[in-house]
Amino acid sequence: MNLNVLFFAAARDAVGTDTVTVDVPDGSTVGELQQLMIQRTPQLERWSQALLWAVNNRYAGCNQVLHASDVIACFPPVSGG
Amino acid sequence: MIELTTEPIDYNQLTESVRDHAAGAVTLFLGTVREFTRGVQTSWLQYEAYPDMARASMAELEAEAFQKFTVTKIAISHRTGAMALGEISVAIAVSSPHRDQAFEAGRWLIDTLKERVPIWKKEHFADGREEWQHPGMTPQTNTKGAKS
Repeated sequence: MNLNVLFFAAARDAVGTDTVTVDVPDGSTVGELQQLMIQRTPQLERWSQALLWAVNNRYAGCNQVLHASDVIACFPPVSGG
Repeated sequence: MIELTTEPIDYNQLTESVRDHAAGAVTLFLGTVREFTRGVQTSWLQYEAYPDMARASMAELEAEAFQKFTVTKIAISHRTGAMALGEISVAIAVSSPHRDQAFEAGRWLIDTLKERVPIWKKEHFADGREEWQHPGMTPQTNTKGAKS
């Protein structure tokens, strides 16, 4: 299945674009998507321990299973306020 | 009331929006752009949000605060884009029947917003350097943002 992944702040700078489409096996998890993204974009490696993931506007853990219709986002620790 | 805006925050209007006959107290928190952080001079800040999730996340904070505290009304506004020294990046107004709950809810709201809401600030330093702020990532310069 194809997934669109949104990137923000320093993660977007590392990837070089704000949206990436990736083809992953059905049933893939957030953790598997992260591994794939780091393989494709080694610049993300430095953030790997800290990257946050959101699915459908809520924070998602590594084990969350992804679906083609999900809105997926990846970003570094937040620093608003 | 939740707002994510690129315009200057009208904190008078925000404060008025939480005033209520049921309330005996109103608190207002403003986050403003600070010039010096541990001796390093900031020139200006850039704020970026993941808008959909930031709004959803602020709405969750508001709902949680109504459960945790005895408050009457809550208004939260966060600004994004470029901000000069002294400008207001975030404003939180809370009203409650008694002052303790307004202070406590306001404190909890700003603390939790900084932990959870997907917004990022990029420091533009006076010496020309620029750097995304990510708490905990690079301790020398990144442990805290450029504001309180």
